[in-house]
Amino acid sequence: MLKVLSDEEIKEIQSITKKLRANIVRMIHNAQSGHPGGSLSAIDILAVLYTKVMKQFPDWDKNPDFENRDRFVLSKGHASAAIYSILAHCGYFPEEDLLEYRKFGTKLQGHPCCTKLKGIEVSTGSLGQGLSIACGMALGLRLSKKDNYVYTLMGDGELQEGSVWEAAMNAAHYKLNHLIAVVDRNRLQIDGNTEDVMAVGDVAAKFAAFGWNTLEIDGHNIEAIYEAFEKAKESQDKPTVIVANTIKGKGVSFMENQAGWHGKAPNDEQLAQALEELK
Amino acid sequence: MTEVVKKSARGEYGLTLADLGKTNENIVVIDCDLSGSTMTKYFREKFPERHFNVGIAEQDAVTTAVGLSTTGKIPFVSTFAVFASGRAWEQIRNGVCYPNFNVKIVATHCGITVGEDGASHQALEDVAIMRAIPNITVIAPADATEVREVITWAAEYKGPVYVRVSRANLPVIFKEGEYKFNPKKAVVMKEGKDVTVVTNGETTCEVVEAAKMLEAEGISVEVVHAPVVKPLDTETIVNSAKKTNRVITVENHSIIGGLGGAVCEALSENYPVKVSRIGINDQFGQTGTASELMEYYGLSAKKLAEKIKGLVK
Repeated sequence: MLKVLSDEEIKEIQSITKKLRANIVRMIHNAQSGHPGGSLSAIDILAVLYTKVMKQFPDWDKNPDFENRDRFVLSKGHASAAIYSILAHCGYFPEEDLLEYRKFGTKLQGHPCCTKLKGIEVSTGSLGQGLSIACGMALGLRLSKKDNYVYTLMGDGELQEGSVWEAAMNAAHYKLNHLIAVVDRNRLQIDGNTEDVMAVGDVAAKFAAFGWNTLEIDGHNIEAIYEAFEKAKESQDKPTVIVANTIKGKGVSFMENQAGWHGKAPNDEQLAQALEELK
Repeated sequence: MTEVVKKSARGEYGLTLADLGKTNENIVVIDCDLSGSTMTKYFREKFPERHFNVGIAEQDAVTTAVGLSTTGKIPFVSTFAVFASGRAWEQIRNGVCYPNFNVKIVATHCGITVGEDGASHQALEDVAIMRAIPNITVIAPADATEVREVITWAAEYKGPVYVRVSRANLPVIFKEGEYKFNPKKAVVMKEGKDVTVVTNGETTCEVVEAAKMLEAEGISVEVVHAPVVKPLDTETIVNSAKKTNRVITVENHSIIGGLGGAVCEALSENYPVKVSRIGINDQFGQTGTASELMEYYGLSAKKLAEKIKGLVK
């Protein structure tokens, strides 16, 4: 029997994601730069992963059990506001530090930097590299006879990078069943709709053709996200991709489904409205 | 005259890996369908579970190595230099060097001596584009003995390393068991007073021969072998330049941005002196045997002797 979340747990995560969304918008407003759209589409997935799924240690390498942590790679590194907000929530660093985001001298670099912030496994920002890195992690852990899981979150526009498909072959070839990839399928990229810019098409079918286990869910349904991770962990000989259908800018009405909010900061008025909606 | 003993540099690379693998179980190898050419097959034969062939996918090879390094493994990635440095450059920059991961790129088939495969496969820019990246050490060993030393050192050293290894069988110029690679020091192969020639990789043996020829003609050449292009041993080069006041660089690489570029940068800042760069003159190579091409592009000992003589006159 797969584990399921109780109603209380679901409610708790929903209230956490409201806070995380508000923090994302605050950070980007304060920095007057960043990527709200893709951070808001991904945050429900990250919230479930970090609060309910992953074995993780907010005290990081000070924890004696550090080597037994699950690994996470934010392949879509531009969702840095999202990963920082969940790391702060989990206690990796104080939440008040979030307003350092993108400021000179900060540990909260524009895109995640592993030499500056504990909790970040690898530096990302260049799209199309995270899945390969996750493959290497899974290979290394298996070689060391560890049974940890490796998670990575990719964007759907990112799937236009050819290197993603090199990695997709690699993961299936080496039967990396402890590798679980999530595609944040929000259907928008900077220049517009993914299907207009360069059609990404049927993501699940593409990964299935590459030999992957595939699951498709509503990426804002907390219960569905949790169940998908639990199902993915059962895979015996294949990597799993969870195609999470999401809404770019989710939770802030004027940002939802607007490509223009890919990499734009809200002004004071827009911040006030967003925070009102996220109460 | 004693007979010149030649040995495969890439063969020695593979054998060294296989030897290191016995005592260091963290060493893993990633190859791109070329294990029979890069010679990582020697490692695969002994440790198949630690050898990952990712197919013809250089970008995936480098970033897979990044992931492996985060789990404490010491990955050696190998393919032809033109693809390792070129196709996967951005993976090396952002994936390996920016976070300063412990990944070794050992790129075989560098320079013009790739030979018959022609220009598409002859990496003449790899040193230039690798050394522009922060955190990486860039090395061009001269023979099989030095390859073994460099690979052994790289396995111990923590951080990104790029090593370019020739396809050709190279004359053994360093005695096995005696030569000790020092990443901080260039090697003065021969002392001289008229001109300093700084070289590395497979042109080192050619320059040593050329220096002998020139000696007979009354030109005293100081030969400095600088295997580590980055970080460069500026001190040894400056000291030699102070002695001769004339410097020439020789490399199996474009004259732009490689060893010649590095030496010019070091000297112009520390001891400005005239520097002439010998290498491939901002052009692509072509098909031919390795020796035909070395001759044609002026990198054989005989051609180098003529060229150096003309330059110091």
